[in-house]
Formats: sequence, C-alpha cells, structure tokens
Amino acid sequence: MSRIATCFEELRRRGRRGFIAYLTAGDPSLEDTVDIALRLAEAGTDLIELGLAFSDPLADGRVNQASAERALAAGATLGRVEEAVRQIRARSEIPLVLYSYLNPLLARGFETTLHGIAAAGFDGVLPLDLPPEEAEAFQPAFTKAGLDRICLVAPTSTDDRVARIVRGAGGFVYCISRAGVTGAQDRLASDAAEVAARARRFTKLPIALGFGISTPDQAREAARLADAVVVGSALVQRFFEAGNDPARRSEAVRWAAALAEAAHGA
Amino acid sequence: MSRAVRPGERRGYFGPYGGQFVPETLMAPLAELAAAWRKARRDPEFQREFRGYLRDLVGRPTPLYFARRLSAAIGGARIFLKREDLCHTGAHKINNSLGQILLARRMGKRRVIAETGAGQHGVATAAMAAAFEMECVIYMGRVDMERQALNVYRMREFGAEVVPVTAGQQTLKEAISEAMRDWVTNVRTTHYVLGTVFGAYPYPDLVRDFQSVIGREARRQCFKQAGRLPDRVVACVGGGSNAMGLFSGFLEDPGVALIGVEAGGRRIAPGEHAARFAGGKLGVLQGARTLVLQDEEGQILPTHSVSAGLDYAAVGPEHVWLRDQGRATYHFVTDEEAVNAFDGLCRLEGILPALESAHAVAYVLREGSKWKPEDVVIVNLSGRGDKDLQLVMDWKARHARSGEASSS
Repeated sequence: MSRIATCFEELRRRGRRGFIAYLTAGDPSLEDTVDIALRLAEAGTDLIELGLAFSDPLADGRVNQASAERALAAGATLGRVEEAVRQIRARSEIPLVLYSYLNPLLARGFETTLHGIAAAGFDGVLPLDLPPEEAEAFQPAFTKAGLDRICLVAPTSTDDRVARIVRGAGGFVYCISRAGVTGAQDRLASDAAEVAARARRFTKLPIALGFGISTPDQAREAARLADAVVVGSALVQRFFEAGNDPARRSEAVRWAAALAEAAHGA
Repeated sequence: MSRAVRPGERRGYFGPYGGQFVPETLMAPLAELAAAWRKARRDPEFQREFRGYLRDLVGRPTPLYFARRLSAAIGGARIFLKREDLCHTGAHKINNSLGQILLARRMGKRRVIAETGAGQHGVATAAMAAAFEMECVIYMGRVDMERQALNVYRMREFGAEVVPVTAGQQTLKEAISEAMRDWVTNVRTTHYVLGTVFGAYPYPDLVRDFQSVIGREARRQCFKQAGRLPDRVVACVGGGSNAMGLFSGFLEDPGVALIGVEAGGRRIAPGEHAARFAGGKLGVLQGARTLVLQDEEGQILPTHSVSAGLDYAAVGPEHVWLRDQGRATYHFVTDEEAVNAFDGLCRLEGILPALESAHAVAYVLREGSKWKPEDVVIVNLSGRGDKDLQLVMDWKARHARSGEASSS
C-alpha cells in the first residue's frame, strides 16, 4: 500500500481526522523546508504538500504568490526540491505530495519528470491546472511512475463533473471549500459541507477539505466534514513571519501542532 | 461563422494546441460560457443585435483604405489599410468586448472583468459595460498603467474600476492571472471578458468569431476596390486577435498569404522580446497549450516590447496550428523598426497607428520592396496611436541620448 493510503487507513483505524500542511518548497530556502517539514511531521502532521514555485500561480492568493516569488529567488528548481525531498525521506516516512502547475512538469518531458519526482520520494502530485478532460491524456504517465494523481473538486463542480474527476483520482480527493484562490478566510465557507458531501457520494477515496482554513477552530469544524483538512497560506505566513528566528519557528510549529490536534480531535 | 469541429478533433483544440488547462473551479463556468455561445451563435436575434450595434455603436464597416503614398514609398505593391483604428474607442478590441458583453447580458451576468495590456481592450470593455449598465473591473499591470496612463483615465471616465497588478513583471500576463483569480472567486455573478484569442476553450474560438467581422469586411472590400483577392494579409500578433479576425476571412483562399508580425523587442534573447515563434517552446500557460517563452525549468520568461499590447509570453493556439499547417507564417520586427513605422505612417498617410499596428506596417516597409507592383496587400491597422505618443517621445529621447553616448 502507498504511504498516502496507509496514512488514511491508519487514521480511519484510530477514528481520527487527518491534518495536511502545505509549504512552498524553498521558502525561504530548501534547507529550511527540510527542517520545517521534519518538525511538522513530528508535531502530528499526517501529510505534507510541497508547492513547486511557479512564475504564474493563477490559482493562488497573495500569500502563496509572494511565497513562490521568494522560493524562485532562492533557486527552488524541481531538481533542488527533489534533493530536499530525498533528505526528508532519509528521516521520515510522512506522505509527500507535490503541488504544482503543469508547465514546470512539462518542460523536460512529462514522463521523465514524473519518474524523477517519484524516485525522489514523493507519493503523489496535485496538478492545479489539469482538469479531468485534459488529465486523461496524462494519466498513463502517473500510473507508470507509481504516483497518485490528487484531484480537485470545486464548489462549481457539477455531479457529472465530480463523477468524471474521481475516475482518475488517486490518494485522496481534495475538495476546495469555496470558489476562489488559496488564502486565509475569517470563517469556513458555507460551500464546504456541500462540496465534501458531493464528493463523498461519488468516491470511496478519503476526502480532504482545504482553501481558506486558518485557525484551529476552523480546522476542527472542517475536519468534521471530511477525512482531513489542509492548511496552506496561514501556515506559509506564520513560517514567513518567523523567518530564521529559532524561537519563532518553534512557535509556528507549535501552532501547526494545535491545528493537527484540532483536526485529530474533531 | 465558426469552423466546425472536424472528425477526430477534440473541441477546443487546434491540432495539439489549445485545450482547457485551468483549475477545476473554472471548468463549469467555461462550459456554461461555451454552451451560451453555441446557442447565441445560432440565434438570428443575437446576431441581428450584434450586427446592429457593430454598425451604430462601433461604426462598422471600417474602411479599407488604399495607402497611395505608402505604396509608392515601398516600391509599388498596392497596400490597403483595414482601418480598425477608426472603430469606436480606437481599436478592433471593441468588436469582441461588445460581443462578449451582449453574451454576458444573455447569461444574466451583471458584472464584467477584463485584463488589459495597452489599455485598448480595457477601454473598449469599460465603454461597453457603461453602455449596457454593467459593473466593470479592469486589471492592468502597474507598469502598463504608467506607460498607458491616458487609457487608464478613459476607463475610469467610463465608470470602470482599474485595479493595478503588482505581481511579477506587472504587465499583461500578470493582469490575466489576476483577472482569472477574480473570476474564480466571483464566478457565479461575473463574466470574464478575455481580450484575445487565448486562454481556455471557448475563448480562442469565441474571440476569433467576434473578430471575424474584420476579415469578412476586408475580403468583400478588396474585391470591390482591387477587383480581386489580396496576395497577402498582414497583422501584428500579441495574443493574436486582430490577426485571427483578419485571417479568418481568408482561411479558405489558399492563394492569400497570411502573415503575422510579432514583437522582436530589442533583440531575440531571453527577456528582450515577445516573439514566441522565434524563441518559444510548447507549454501550458493561463489555460492553453501553445508556444510559450519559458526557461528550461518551465518558468515563464519576462518579455519586452515597446508596445504593451504585444508584450506577452504566449501566443493564441490557433496561430501555432496555422503555422504548423503551413497556412500562415510569422515574423518579427524590432522596437526600432516599429517606432520608425509609427513615424513613417504618420508622415506618408497622415495616419497615427498604435505601436502594436506599427509592427505590421514595419514588416511591410521592410519586405515590401521584394513584392511585385501589381501585388495587393492588406495591412490590419488594428488601432490608433494617440495612446502611444508620450511613449514614443520618451523612447526617442532615450535612444537619442544612448546614440550620443555610444558615439562619443
């Protein structure tokens, strides 16, 4: 069984909801990403999404855009992200998903690139701009590389679309809790329950709920609707503000632990 | 009006190019838009309404003007200018803005958003939003807002909100991403008036169809005025909407050469130009699979052109397919050639072209001496250049200084 499947199986067995953390790989540096990822794993995070910085991240809000700009400036190429993942893998079995726009995955040939991603230790890829209509042509490469293709379900996805989306989906289904880009919100969107329930009707895969979740209370609330919650921008912002200050980074890790605890206890 | 989907060809694809590479949230609204468009296209009432406003509000048909002195200057080929610069708001962009706003109204959307580079698409959309009582937000890179300040005032005068985009290079590409972020957030109430033959299906088809009036008129006018089909039609290519509009009238006329002219900028080197056919690789950007200026990591390269409307890293997918099939050819001219053509058309014909359109004129000035005197050539004068006067003055001042510096 894959690391992602094992992780959700274990959560299910223990009657727990999972906590997924998002980080932009290479913000502020890849060494920091390795350090933060390992500490998040120790702090109760169940799965980590590592974002590959892209010059034109049209699904991302301001926090993640700025984070991607910092990562690019710090030289976070795919090759160097893979190197960081090998370092994480040497010390942790936490499931890792690459969150990426399609173009950087195409630049050196899609199949070769996916093979490299899998070899580095990633378990899945979440392509932001690859809806099912287009994904069908790319699916054989995911299968061949042994990578789960994580699919997105949006509040605007109709039943027909959800049925089509989940046919090619692997790992878990990522439900977007509201129409919009990534970024913290004051409260959980009213769409969240509906989109999670709709996905549930069409798949047996675990359901993760994300976009806009930024406090332990929201994480608890979202976790009740799904199998796991994803926190991205809010975490990215915390680690950015902490910078290289060890005390403040530890504080950000403790805050992530509180999110994990909220999700686990939901 | 639109090319039918041929057997074995996927809807939204031109050969291997095009498609719908967007986040899932946008897929349902794109399908809704495509369905609305397919229905409107067959609806005689919609077509009658569109044609009526094109005539009375936009001022169509635009003339096809025989440029006597320009023709003489290049050595004889008969050059005709398709005067899109005479459209209401000063460029061909309004054909598409009008069409999409009529469509948005049918779809019950009361808010429209748009990106703009040179500002012409923003101005056209803002004007049509005012005319049809819609809320309008225009996204524009901060750099472009500075170099096209006059158009920013025009948009605000029409009641639009102009939002500066400060990400990345702060030009057209970032404005498109920001408009897509707005659309993804407000998708239920908002229509995104994309300004060129780019993005995800149905936009490349939709925008070409609304712009195809250029080619239909030009073909008819050419028969009437020159007595035959042209030998060549020439248009500048940023995203490629004025070119697709003109080309679409001649696709079935194999004797008519279709010529697209890209922005060669300062020179063909990474970051110095926007000539996708000269330096682009196949990739995916902002919804479409097409030629993209990118580095070996698949990061999108910065671009440069003296003309904001051509300053973009990717090209409309149908153009790449036309090139592959040998149906159209693509060339580039430099900033300097474009500025010289801007001057040239002013002096020879008393017509002030947009810097974008000046790229097409520059190609004719450079290549025209190789053509036969009896040849008939149509150049799409896609917009007027009032917006560019300050920019051209600054450009000349800068180059006069650097010229002095290098000679001393």
